[in-house]
Formats: sequence, structure tokens, C-alpha cells
Amino acid sequence: MVLFLRRIGMRAFKFLAALGRASALWWSAMRWLPRLSELNLLIRQIYNVGYLSLVIVVLSAFSIGAVLALQFYTQLARFGAQEAVGVGLALVLLRELGPVVTALLFAGRAGSALTAEIGLMKTTEQLSSMEMMGVDPLRRIVAPRIWAGIISVPILTAIFNTVAIYGGVVVAIDWLGADAGGFWSGMQDVVDWWEDLAKGMFKSLVFAILVTWVAVFQGYDSEPTAEGMAMSTTRTVVISSVLILASDFLLTLVMYGDF
Amino acid sequence: MGGAIIRLHLTERRQVLTKLSIMSGNLIDIQNLTFRRGERLIFDDLSLSIPRGSITAIMGPSGTGKTTLLKLIGGQEKPEAGQILIDGQDVVRMSRTELLALRKDIGMLFQASALFTDLSVFENVAFPLRVHTSLSEELIRDLVLMKLNAVGLRGARDLMPAELSGGMSRRVALARAIALDPNLIMYDEPFTGQDPIAMGVLVSLIKNLNQALATTSLLVSHDIHETVGIADQIFILADGRVIGSGTPAELRDSDSEMVSQFMHGKPDGPVPFHYPADDYQYDVVAGID
Amino acid sequence: MRARTIEISVGAFVLAGLLSVIYLAIQVSGVTAASEKEHYQVLARFDDVAGLRVRGKVSMAGVTIGRIQNIGVDMEWGTAVVTLDIFGQPGNLTTDTSAKILTEGILGARYISLMPGADEEFIQNGAEITDTQGALVLENLIGEFLTNLGES
Repeated sequence: MVLFLRRIGMRAFKFLAALGRASALWWSAMRWLPRLSELNLLIRQIYNVGYLSLVIVVLSAFSIGAVLALQFYTQLARFGAQEAVGVGLALVLLRELGPVVTALLFAGRAGSALTAEIGLMKTTEQLSSMEMMGVDPLRRIVAPRIWAGIISVPILTAIFNTVAIYGGVVVAIDWLGADAGGFWSGMQDVVDWWEDLAKGMFKSLVFAILVTWVAVFQGYDSEPTAEGMAMSTTRTVVISSVLILASDFLLTLVMYGDF
Repeated sequence: MGGAIIRLHLTERRQVLTKLSIMSGNLIDIQNLTFRRGERLIFDDLSLSIPRGSITAIMGPSGTGKTTLLKLIGGQEKPEAGQILIDGQDVVRMSRTELLALRKDIGMLFQASALFTDLSVFENVAFPLRVHTSLSEELIRDLVLMKLNAVGLRGARDLMPAELSGGMSRRVALARAIALDPNLIMYDEPFTGQDPIAMGVLVSLIKNLNQALATTSLLVSHDIHETVGIADQIFILADGRVIGSGTPAELRDSDSEMVSQFMHGKPDGPVPFHYPADDYQYDVVAGID
Repeated sequence: MRARTIEISVGAFVLAGLLSVIYLAIQVSGVTAASEKEHYQVLARFDDVAGLRVRGKVSMAGVTIGRIQNIGVDMEWGTAVVTLDIFGQPGNLTTDTSAKILTEGILGARYISLMPGADEEFIQNGAEITDTQGALVLENLIGEFLTNLGES
């Protein structure tokens, strides 16, 4: 029993220490805004984490939009309310699925890659050598990656939503024959740009910060061995997924909670 | 930055050289250094000094913290107590910005070469020039080619690090380390894992660069044969202390059992073959605990 | 050359993101100049506004002519005070306009329906609609029905 408690205590301390290191990393990397001369570093990272995630995001978005439309349609058709497919689709996507699924995909595709990349740089002493060259790796390596994530995830989310709605249109209107006019006008009537679109984008911004922070920290803090790297990449995906879902609940509560 | 450019010109280099010989003395003075990693005492009241312009080797069995010593000198680790003076300035008490500035004057060759895998050979060597100077693209090109030529890899400038052999990537890393004409070059195990030819190339490179650039070289190694061939001065570390120091010849004839064990590569001696353990017989009899 | 490709890709990526946001704003959430439409405010008191939401429709003859801007309660009288944004300028609603809370379909959202009156004068900005009928609350209806049943 004592041993058990002790183990829990040790874990708690370990967790607190990691949180402390992660915060220090965030602070030292993000205390500068990117300079104009470092723009090419940023562009390169947006390419790596954002542009290269496009394929998976677009593919998932299209199929999720199509599946949602199919489900909504078959259920709503029973009440003769096929046109409401547009409303349901848009609200579900803008408020929840768009930001959450994009962030989860980002964590799997780009987050793990970030961890592996930085972890490998650490293992091969690239970070140390940069430091010995009088260049701060936090600024040169970590900061552009965090910024790139913060910029890319909301963009990916917007693209995800657009493509998913297009997928819904293809299924509901082009294939199942719902009325296009009712579909769009119902959507436009109910969906609010602030309440639904802007708040959804805000969610994705929060997820972006969480995922890139976790990914970069796990890479920077990884054990410089093959085993340690594997553990770190796994942890990136697991921790950021949990954080995305937990913070989504909190954000929804705060932003939409009507009490 | 200005200093780096001045030192590029050969005629002026001569002047610097003579100035150095006038100043002479020690570039690095380590005094009463104590460093602990976790519970383990790595350095226990260590003191040593490295004269300007020399090739100094730090030797000792694996795990004696040779690499740690380089990291301490570069300010990447902080000791528990003691001073590390470079040119009279204490590295231990420097702020992060001061350290970053100091390191422009230090070149370091890492054990893993540590080339930036996403940059070509040329860009790797150009990297320190680009971040620390605002030289024109043309001048950078000239300088990079000059450094690559010095290590014999001018022809490999467009290759990526993944395409290089181990010996070649170490030479590229060396070209990068000397890009800013540092006052001090630190080599971390430069010979480990190299084939005999590459090893020979590295040995002569280290020796030649030390003379041509008039820098101080600090070499960490346990390859006795190669090190003895080029070092002016050797320190042997064990158990966190200096157990022997002097010229290669002096150390070879040393009376100290420990020094002679190391210098002649005997498997057992004062540095035991066995990791500390219970008595063997007792251990076997005791069975599974 | 490679650097240029990356720059172009990233530019296209960011542009696609911006276009998506604009598309979502216009096509999906229906942001038009309409949201900045000229409007004035009218108050209406109801006994019960259960189910009514801010931003709900205000309609006349099934046409949306405004939005619900705010829902408050007057503690003194125990009535709900609803602020309506009516599009256009004062001069299109008569003072004897009546307001009713209705439901879209069976399960749809609650909205306010305005019935035009016959008066000569028009409701001014900030004035109040007096002739109102609150939401039908099923429980109240059933309760009433049962009391009536008991009495008879």
C-alpha cells in the first residue's frame, strides 16, 4: 500500500517536472516573435506540417462529410425533412467535427513527425552542435515549428469544413436528390458566422497550440535512443488526442454552455 | 563578427599569431571543478589548464566524463562548483546571451558529426557564416569552398549528409566547425568508428588545422595511438580526477600504475575489469532475490 | 528552385485556407450585407417565452423581418421582456401590431410572429408592443384541461 502510494507520488512529481520543463520550453521558444529574416524557416515548416497534411485532411473531410450527409438524410427523410441535412451537417462540422477531427489528424500526421524530427536532431547532436555554434535551437528549430502549427491548423480546419460540406452536397443533393435551395437556405438561416464559424475556428486555434506544444516538447525531451524516440512519438499522439478531446469539452462548455 | 573577417586574411593572421605568442599563457583554466550527474560524482575538484596554440588531449576510460568536460567548457552544462576560465572569463557565470556570443569563437566537432540533415554539405558549412555574419553571398561561397577544400571535400559540396560516408561527414563537420575561424576547436572522439584511412586523414587534418589557423585544439579521445601521435600535452582522467599529465613521452614512461594501465591498454589493474559487485561466490550461492 | 516550389505551395495553402473561410462565411453561414442591415428596436412583453432563443426569427406572414436581440425578465411583473431588432426604419409596424410566439413545425424552433394592425400610427424605436400572446406550454395546457375536466 505504502509502495503504491509512493509510486503515485513519484508519478505526480514526474508529471509536474515534465510540465515545468514544457512550460519553460514554451516560454523560451515563444518569447520572440519571428523576425522577417526567419520567414523562410517559418514557410518551410508550414510546408512540412500544413501543406503536407492536406491530402489526409481533404480525403478524410470528404468522406466524413459524405457519411454525415447519408446518415442525416436517411434519418431526416422519415420526417420528410431532407432539407435539414444542410443545417445538421454545417452545425456538426463547424462546431465540433471540423476542429476536432482536423486536430486529431494533425496530431497523427504532423505532430508525430515533429516529435520524431526533433528527437532525431537531439539524438544526432544536431541541437547540441547548433547550440555550440552560438545559435539557440529553441529559436531556430522549436519556435518556427510551433508557429507553423498555430498557423496551419486553423487553415486546415477551414479547408476540412469546406471539403466536408462539399462531400455532403455531393451525397445529399447530387446523389440522393435533396432540394438544393432548401439545403442552402436552411443552412444559411441557422448557421451564424460568429456563434458557429468563429467559435469553431477558435477551438482549432487552441487545439493547434496544444498539439504543437506537446509534439515539440516530446521531441525535445525525448530519451536519445531508438526506444525513447518510439515512446515519445507514441506519447505525442496519445497525449495530444486526449488533450484535444478534453479541451473540446471544456471549450464547448464555456462557449456554448447556456447556464 | 568583425574579428572573424580580420582573421581570414593571411598576412593579418601572422600578426595575430605573433600577438598570440606574446600573450602566450593559457587559453583555458579550469579550477576546482566539481560536477555531479544525479548521484554520481563525475568531476571531483578537477583543475587543469590548456595552453594557447597547443593540441591538448584529454584521455581516459569511457564514462569518465570526457565529453561532459567539453560540454562544461562550452557552457552547455553547469558545474556544482569551480571555475572555467576562457580568456579570463568565467563560463560558469555567463548569461545565455554571453554564452551564445562566446561560442562563436569555439568550434566543436561532435562524435556523431551532427550535420544538419536537411541541408546540403555546402549549406551546412555556410550555416555559421549565415547566422553570425552578414557577408555577401559571393563571399560566403568563397569561404565555404575554402573550408571544404581544406578538408578535401570541395567536390562533395552538393551532396546531402545522408549520402556521405562516416569519415566524410566528420570532415564536413570539421569544415563547419572552422567556418568562423574559432580560437578553440574541440574534438569529441574524432577517431571513433573510422576506418584506418579516414583516421589517418583526420589525424593529419587536426594537426594541420591547428598550425594553419593558429588555434588551440582540445581533443577528447581514447584512441591512444592516434592521440599520442599529435598531442602536445595529455591529461588522463579517471574517477573524476587527473591521474596523469604531461607530454606523450612522459606519460608512456610514467610510474603510475593507473597511467600505465591506460597507456598500454591492460585489461585489469587499478581500473578494475569488474563492475562493482558482491563477492562472486556469495552472489551465486544467494540465488534469486 | 526547390525553395521556390515550397514558397508557392505554402502560398497556395494559405490562400486555400482564406478562401475556405470566406466560403464558409458567405455560403454556409449566410453572412451578407444583410447582417449589417439597418434596423430599429421594439420591445414586447410576454407571460411566457419558454423555448425562445436569442437570434431567433421575427416574422410576419412567414417572412423574416427581424431577429430576437435579447430576452430578459421583469422581476416586478414577472413577465419576460424580449427586445426585437426589426429590419428597416420605424414606419412599417403599426402601434396595434400583435406578437405571438409560435413553433416552426412540430419540433422546430420557437419564433415570434407579428400580426399587422389597422392603426394609423407607427411603432417608434424603443417602443413596446402591448398585444402579445406567450408561448403555449404543454404542461400548462394539460393542467388547465384537467382543472376544467374536474370542474365540469
